[in-house]
Amino acid sequence: MPRKPIEITEKIEYLSILDENANVDAKLEPKLDNATLKKMYRFMLLGRRTDERMLKMQRTGRLGTFPQASGHEAVSIGSVSAIEKTDWHIPAYRELAGMLYRGWSLEKIILYWNGYEEGAVPPEGVNDLPYCVPVASQLLHAAGVGMAMNIKGDKKVALTYFGDGSSSEGDFHEALNFASVFKAPVVFVCQNNQYAISVPLSKQMNCKTLAQRAVAYGMPGIKVDGNDVLAMYVATKEAVDRAKAGGGPTLVEGLTYRFTPHTTADDPKRYRSEDESKEWFGKEPLTRFAKYLQNKGVVTAKELEEMEAEVDAEIRAGIERSETLSKSEELMNPLAMFDYLYGEETEHLKAQKEELKQYLEHKKKGKKQQNHTAHAAGSAK
Amino acid sequence: MAGTKEMNMAKAINLALHEALERDENVVVMGEDVGYDEGVFRITEGLVQKYGEKRVIDTPLAEAGIMGTAIGMSIYGLRPVCEIQFSDFANYAFNQMESHAARFRNRTRGQIKTPLVMRMPSGGGIRALEHHSESREATWAHVPGLKVVMPSGPRSARALLHSAIQDDDAVVFYEPKSLYRLFKEEVPDEIETFPIGKAQVVKEGKDLTVVSFGASFRVALDAVETLEEDQDVSIELIDLLSISPMDHATICKSVEKTGRLVVVHEGPRNLGIAAEIIARVNENAFLSLEAPVKRVTGYDVPMPYFSKEQFFLPDADKVALACMETIKF
Ligand SMILES: Cc1ncc(C[n+]2csc(CCOP(=O)(O)OP(=O)(O)O)c2C)c(N)n1
Repeated sequence: MPRKPIEITEKIEYLSILDENANVDAKLEPKLDNATLKKMYRFMLLGRRTDERMLKMQRTGRLGTFPQASGHEAVSIGSVSAIEKTDWHIPAYRELAGMLYRGWSLEKIILYWNGYEEGAVPPEGVNDLPYCVPVASQLLHAAGVGMAMNIKGDKKVALTYFGDGSSSEGDFHEALNFASVFKAPVVFVCQNNQYAISVPLSKQMNCKTLAQRAVAYGMPGIKVDGNDVLAMYVATKEAVDRAKAGGGPTLVEGLTYRFTPHTTADDPKRYRSEDESKEWFGKEPLTRFAKYLQNKGVVTAKELEEMEAEVDAEIRAGIERSETLSKSEELMNPLAMFDYLYGEETEHLKAQKEELKQYLEHKKKGKKQQNHTAHAAGSAK
Repeated sequence: MAGTKEMNMAKAINLALHEALERDENVVVMGEDVGYDEGVFRITEGLVQKYGEKRVIDTPLAEAGIMGTAIGMSIYGLRPVCEIQFSDFANYAFNQMESHAARFRNRTRGQIKTPLVMRMPSGGGIRALEHHSESREATWAHVPGLKVVMPSGPRSARALLHSAIQDDDAVVFYEPKSLYRLFKEEVPDEIETFPIGKAQVVKEGKDLTVVSFGASFRVALDAVETLEEDQDVSIELIDLLSISPMDHATICKSVEKTGRLVVVHEGPRNLGIAAEIIARVNENAFLSLEAPVKRVTGYDVPMPYFSKEQFFLPDADKVALACMETIKF
């Protein structure tokens, strides 16, 4: 009588539809039309190629340090393709493919990683927030957006992302709890690439799966092959439909792997074995999806080649636009740092803006008079 | 006399950690990626290999968790030396530090102490992305019960870190990340400590006192050297080193001699460290002042993304201008 088991009814499922050899489970396969399937692949490809080009730019000093996204395309595209434009997309920083899908231009993405605030301005026509660097903090914003949807009576959903390591932050737990308590229409998608920089998930948590954390907060959780874009789509779509029908939030864990270092500033050989990496590179998300599309007759090999050429041209054009923009007077203007802090101009900031303006003019004059101060300027770097 | 070795600041901090782990079995090092990755700036190089995973701990990704458990460990008798990957993320740990690390001693009338160190890279100048470049030392210095120090090079880093680890109170140890590998300096073979709460007069002078700390100290030094070469001026330069407690006595003594003061720091101006220095000079040496005090600081905006960070940061020209205006006043 005093001690008996309590039934915890939630069970955690694992979902895989398209395996690494492009075998598909016909019973689970989503019914997506050819145009949608093609679009999904195109944005996965655009994300991958952009990431690769950005790495080259970074290596040659044309871009700052950035977290690479290669390997994360299926988690990002499989989930983002399950929401509407009017829904909300609240990324972390590995959702490059999904952001492009939502309409973020290439030049914005490049500007952001090149140190221009203009790269954080969301595109028109969608409800997106910019990249979020302090990990897990964005999850609470998503919960709040979902709570607001309920208050306003809107049938929409907020889709948000985080990394496996980020699930150790208090913000993650608070976000899941708030969303669940208030039945907020939120889908929390974990980009489980198994490492937080160097720390493996086994050192982050003592649970079997990340998805099971959903149980503690009273929401459904599912673990998905995160290199399988179809499975990611199906799991997210179910969660989105449930959320819009008033069923509250869901936790979706997409299991994948970083094909790259954490950012362009570290060396994964310190913490990942080559065998492990090789095994996971073999599960890469684009190859199997391309095969699937060909097997299904959605695209031909030739069309895929053409798509690649198109995508590369698009990226080249985007890079060019970003480089032109970054040389424009507007984006080069340092005085803009004072312009957007508050809704109205304050006297205090106005004075600081004037101070910097005068200093810049003074420097310009100094340069003209060849009153060189290279020695002095060199030290502040 | 014992010898010295030349090294950069990253190496000097690493050396202090090795020495501290070696000499005191209660010292533990913990933080995100401090183990086999050896820290994102390689400050914890060789530690886990030598002292093992029990004392060099890769923690889960949670700053409140790191500092909160460090408080527990320190109460139990350990001396945790925690790394917050970037000072910007210490915000997550603010509550633990403000509500607990800063208060246990006071609340328990001296019985319970929290001898811990929160090390963290800070400041701009390395083209990092957003949330990786702020200088919020004033925020931490505003908390009664916390000590806040910031070295300006290899020697002061190694000495101050030893002082911080040996201190029985919680110390926030700022590491100006742009200095990690900027230059080398002679560091004594013997362990030395710098007293927390003491500034250093690095160079004596007659016409003006310049006070700075951290990365800005190097900028100020540069400006002072250039000015003394190019102009007929003599400037006294003070490295604050300890932000809280603050050694205003050394500053006031200098101002009594020079009659003029310029303060340089990278953090925002509003309620910043310079404001506190100036207030204390007003309280203690007002009648010695012969010119209004100037401050060269970051502006009261978030650090701009890196394409424009150089406009935000104090540079040697800005400092030189302020110095000459003050001298000529
Ligand atoms: C609050 C906070 N602490 C530390 C960092 C530094 N940092 C950036 S990414 C990262 C690891 C994140 O790992 P994970 O959540 O697994 O995501 P991944 O980067 O692997 O996609 C860390 C520690 C940060 N950005 N925010």
